[in-house]
Amino acid sequence: MADVTAPPLRPFPVAPPVVPDAMAASKPYVANEKMQEALGFPGSLVDDWHDRAISKMGELLGNYRSLRVYLDACVHCGACSDKCHYFLGTGDPKNMPVARQDLMRGVYRRHFTVAGRLFPKLVGATELTKDLLDDWYKYYNQCSECRRCSVFCPYGIDTAEVTMAAKEILDTVGYGQKYSNEIIGKVHRIGNNLGLPGPALEDTLLGLEEDTKEETGADVKFPLDQKGAEVLLVTPSADFFAEPHVESLIGYAKVFHQAGISWTLSSHASEAGNFGLFIGNYEQMRTIALRIREAALELGVKRIVVGECGHAWRVAYSFWNTLAGIGAGADDPFARLLQSQLDSRYRQPTHICELTWDLIERGALVLDAGANDHRIVTFHDSCNVARASRMGDTPGGQFEIPRAIVRAVSNRYVEMRPGTTREATFCCGGGGGLLTDELLDLRVKGALPRMESLREVADGQGVNFMATICAICKAQFTKVLPYYGFDMSMVGGVHQLVSTAIRLGAKS
Amino acid sequence: MAAASVLFAALFYAATAVLVVGLALRIRLYAGTPAPLKIPTTPAPVTRGGVAWRLVREVALFESLFKASLWTWLFGWVFHAALALVLLRHLRYFVDPVPAFLAFVQPFGILAGFAMAGGLAGLWARRFLVDRVRYISTPSDHLMLALLLAIAGTGLAMKYLAGTDVVAVKSFFLGLLALDPQPLPSDALLYAHLALVAALMLVFPFSKLLHAPGLFFSPSRNQADDPRERRHLAPWAARLESDRKP
Repeated sequence: MADVTAPPLRPFPVAPPVVPDAMAASKPYVANEKMQEALGFPGSLVDDWHDRAISKMGELLGNYRSLRVYLDACVHCGACSDKCHYFLGTGDPKNMPVARQDLMRGVYRRHFTVAGRLFPKLVGATELTKDLLDDWYKYYNQCSECRRCSVFCPYGIDTAEVTMAAKEILDTVGYGQKYSNEIIGKVHRIGNNLGLPGPALEDTLLGLEEDTKEETGADVKFPLDQKGAEVLLVTPSADFFAEPHVESLIGYAKVFHQAGISWTLSSHASEAGNFGLFIGNYEQMRTIALRIREAALELGVKRIVVGECGHAWRVAYSFWNTLAGIGAGADDPFARLLQSQLDSRYRQPTHICELTWDLIERGALVLDAGANDHRIVTFHDSCNVARASRMGDTPGGQFEIPRAIVRAVSNRYVEMRPGTTREATFCCGGGGGLLTDELLDLRVKGALPRMESLREVADGQGVNFMATICAICKAQFTKVLPYYGFDMSMVGGVHQLVSTAIRLGAKS
Repeated sequence: MAAASVLFAALFYAATAVLVVGLALRIRLYAGTPAPLKIPTTPAPVTRGGVAWRLVREVALFESLFKASLWTWLFGWVFHAALALVLLRHLRYFVDPVPAFLAFVQPFGILAGFAMAGGLAGLWARRFLVDRVRYISTPSDHLMLALLLAIAGTGLAMKYLAGTDVVAVKSFFLGLLALDPQPLPSDALLYAHLALVAALMLVFPFSKLLHAPGLFFSPSRNQADDPRERRHLAPWAARLESDRKP
């Protein structure tokens, strides 16, 4: 990391001037041969990359209506041009969602439209040169697939769909990204993103049991591979030992303990994260999701609950029913096999916040909000939860339920500025497979808009804790907060607050 | 009949055919391409009726654009609303007798001509004045605005500067509809106006004007938020399950 600089906070949140090529040097490490081949991709850039890329693009255009419609429909109105946190933080025009899409749209026009074949210059059609392919690699790895642009586009064009298609094409020609592809390899080989093998996981959980016993005096269990448990908890592997993630894991365990719900983790599916989403590869995403199905069937659980992880909740909520038959309403044998095992009185899958909030509403938890009085709390909506999923039964439940929990377990809550929360929330700057050290400069700059709104409530209302429900947000903020003069321990999970407030009974 | 009349008759038949067939093919392509995953931008409606209402708001009010940029929304919405009124007003050239409703909208349609030109001018100004929009503008973006502005300009010029024989124009179009072409008044402004309109019809199915049908097929806008309640499976994705493990 030669040059990692945080841009100055802006007095007024207006769009920065365009600075061409400001981030032209930013790119992640390329995946090596072993990582690529483990996922069935060519080991390095193939000789006929151009033809393979175009043919893959044609295949994706036939498989994804989103890609086809989005590449056609854009009118260059500019509504999205000042909505991306990476543009706001860098000023690089290729980080405007429309310009990012145009890197692919030009090639689409050239090869797949009449106008682009006949009048390439007129409609901005371009040939896919090696330089342009390099630009794809750089700038599609400067999109965190957060969907903020899609909120504001008059046609709902979602740049994430274009970015995912680009990453899929890049993988197909042997130009994959190290961070994401290495992690997917670990999931297949070991069972989770962090490469924590079963025995180590068991040790970690035993350690947590001892720590929690010492703290509370209660026999809070962290069960692993327990057949016949009511709930299978699938959580990001960072929850097992990263700070502040582990505090939330302790929080989930305390909630299950007090509510008397039997639960278990699975060593086979010890990871909620699904980086198949980030690289836009349906088969990878499906294979990774099938682990959850297999674990649920093997352990015979009645409910599947997902821990604090943004993109994992998107995949679980929006895609698991499609990919692995975890949900309801199936009329095919594959999905019915699992759906008949699951308890249909509960939402399948359930977010841990839905579970906790239901228990709070029923009065099943003993909470002392005063225990969090040393904290003035704000809530950061994570992009995938906010714009690609739901909680509860009504639209927007993904905003209300976590906030309701925070209010129930703490007394001092402050909202950040409207336009930076809920569906308009800013990405933390580290999502979409960009949470890697060589992209730190990009990540710091991309965090700018969130840091500005945090600065406002920190200075104005004394906020000293930003709660969130995403493992990537937690890891990203822990790293970038210091660049903006904040303490890295300011970020934590919603269930970290629950863990502090919950009263399990007198210490014995 | 003058050669120009024959030429324009042929041009409008061709332009109509290209517009209708081109759009139909495009819509068939969109409709036939599967959307394998549930990707509505949330919060999203949870029912089909809610989705229809979301689309109505997008089409009639440009709801998302309103949230994005007030200026772009103002110019864009004024232009589109005015264009709708202008098109409505022009229906009188295609029906005989003119129903009372169409007679009623005539004065509004004329005002809308100015609003349309104003909206277009505002949209075009952004392409020069806002550095971000300048960066993304292609020659075709400018040409499209020039074309629409020229259509509005020639139309307004015929109304206010050099009137044309509207009765003859109407009999020309009624003749086209009856497959019995009639002469078109010989008038340079009219020729320009009609040629530009035909050009617009011709480029429609091949250009960014596809945003009009595109909106209705945009999965982030037209899907209901019900993935936990209903299993959603595209045909090509279902085929992956033939080799599935239980």
